[in-house]
Amino acid sequence: MKTIGFRRKAVDTGMRWIFYLCAFLVILPLFLIFFDLVAKGAKELRWSLLTDLPRPVGEAGGGIANGILGSFIVTLLTMLWSVPMAVMCGIYLAEYGRGKFASAVRFTVDSLTGVPSIIMGIFGYILVVLPMKRFSAWAGASALTMIFIPVVVRTTEDMLRTVPRSVREAALALGIERWKTTLYIVVRVASAGIVTGILLAMARIVGETAPLLFTILGNQFWQLRLDQPMAAMPLQVFSYAISPYADWHDKAWAAALVLITLVLVINVGARFMTRERK
Amino acid sequence: MGQRTLRKSKDRIFERISAFFAFLVLALGLLLFLVLLHASLPAIRRFGASFLLSRTWDPVAEEFGALPFLYGTLVSSFLAILMAVPLGVGGAVFINDYAPAWLRKPVSMLAELLAAIPSVIYGLWGIFVLVPVLRDHFMKPVSKHLGWIPLFKGPVYGPSMLAAGVLLAIMIVPFILSVSREVLATVPVRQKEAVLSLGGTRWEMIRISIGQHCIPGIFGATVLGLGRALGETMAVTMVIGNRPEIFLSLFQQGYSMAAVIANEFAEAADLQLSSLILVGLLLFLVTFLVNLAAKWMLERMVRGAGRGDLGK
Repeated sequence: MKTIGFRRKAVDTGMRWIFYLCAFLVILPLFLIFFDLVAKGAKELRWSLLTDLPRPVGEAGGGIANGILGSFIVTLLTMLWSVPMAVMCGIYLAEYGRGKFASAVRFTVDSLTGVPSIIMGIFGYILVVLPMKRFSAWAGASALTMIFIPVVVRTTEDMLRTVPRSVREAALALGIERWKTTLYIVVRVASAGIVTGILLAMARIVGETAPLLFTILGNQFWQLRLDQPMAAMPLQVFSYAISPYADWHDKAWAAALVLITLVLVINVGARFMTRERK
Repeated sequence: MGQRTLRKSKDRIFERISAFFAFLVLALGLLLFLVLLHASLPAIRRFGASFLLSRTWDPVAEEFGALPFLYGTLVSSFLAILMAVPLGVGGAVFINDYAPAWLRKPVSMLAELLAAIPSVIYGLWGIFVLVPVLRDHFMKPVSKHLGWIPLFKGPVYGPSMLAAGVLLAIMIVPFILSVSREVLATVPVRQKEAVLSLGGTRWEMIRISIGQHCIPGIFGATVLGLGRALGETMAVTMVIGNRPEIFLSLFQQGYSMAAVIANEFAEAADLQLSSLILVGLLLFLVTFLVNLAAKWMLERMVRGAGRGDLGK
């Protein structure tokens, strides 16, 4: 009797430590990655990194300014047409979406969420790069759109569904037209959640690399024309990292540090917004 | 009367507009599939089913077979699942049943941050930190002493199937953890209390509740993680070694479907381009089916839990 009790207790304690260990091991890489990013990236982190163009191998200094600008442009371009499309689609699904058509749309959105991002690069390549016969910011944005839209459609629908019926009924009872109720009252009530979803999707596309490899391709110089190859921060991290030069490796770490700071600021900021409301 | 029809028609117009955008999204999804299918037709016509079975990937001779990439994708993802599922589920149990209240939020928030790190940064860290550490402190000693086992045979370079598997595991653990947490949360508290009140230990309570309620859900979480691992591109490209051959040893280089697209697409033309797009189409179909299966399993799980609530 006593030995069985002891065994059970020992197993219980053992399993407890195993679960502690699992949680520790899950979180550990986050700290390791951050430690290395700061340790290896901080020494190259100067103002000129943010304001200068890349320089050839061996030349000291140089920065990722064109990549920062390129990432900014292509993200903005993506959001310009994706946000209205995704939010309207989310409104349709939440407010009117019953029946076969709506479930087909939902199914498409769900499926698109799981498609690997490199496939979106192929999509942008075939639809934009091939007809235009050149790599361009347009192509990059069209690939990122396919990643951005499903995420935002889903959050918009979910957020609109959390708005209580009573809000809609109250507005309708006041004689406000239904479409105005939806657009100016229901959407406004859910706006914090929708904006959070948009920001989280934005944080994601800012860091996406694979779909940009053969759509905007990258560029060593300033480029403002949308029909030309353009630089982007994640692409710079990648090409510096796989280069054989030690000083470019340093730059990869520094660029990665800038990139992750940006991604996490958007990410944590977005989460903070909804947390505040609750 | 006139005003009322006007109002109605305005509502109708708004509904139509929103439906139009929903249709656009639907059309984009269809377009993606059709575009991939159309562009890979030349490769399908030329190679047919042998594309899946051939080991040759020779742009000069225009002979293309996807087997090494299929193999690399499957093996690296399988390795990742092998490591990530126990850790993710264990972490979820920790948060759900062991962590003090003040620790729950920080731990799950940190796991979420892990999911937000861009994959190119995982790759960078993989090249310069993970690969050297694995090579010097794991692969070299293991292949020295256990090299007679085919899985651990040298030579050891560093970039390898194992490195890709470990890095993928780190990347998909957050998803498995968060889905497992949701699944674990569906276990009725009453049932847990019942086990404890019968004199069960905490571990026995967890074992029984997981065994009775959570297996399909955890399986769903696993499949979801698999879907992510299969399509991950940058991190794998940077650490797998990119060699289009099949080695049984986990310590040798491999290649994956996503990685070959990433490496060769920008410079490919004609049949090579079409073959790469066919690799993309295959990847698309596989991840599509895998995600569908995961969704189906998780939904069944939630419905099952709903029925349990009705019984209360």
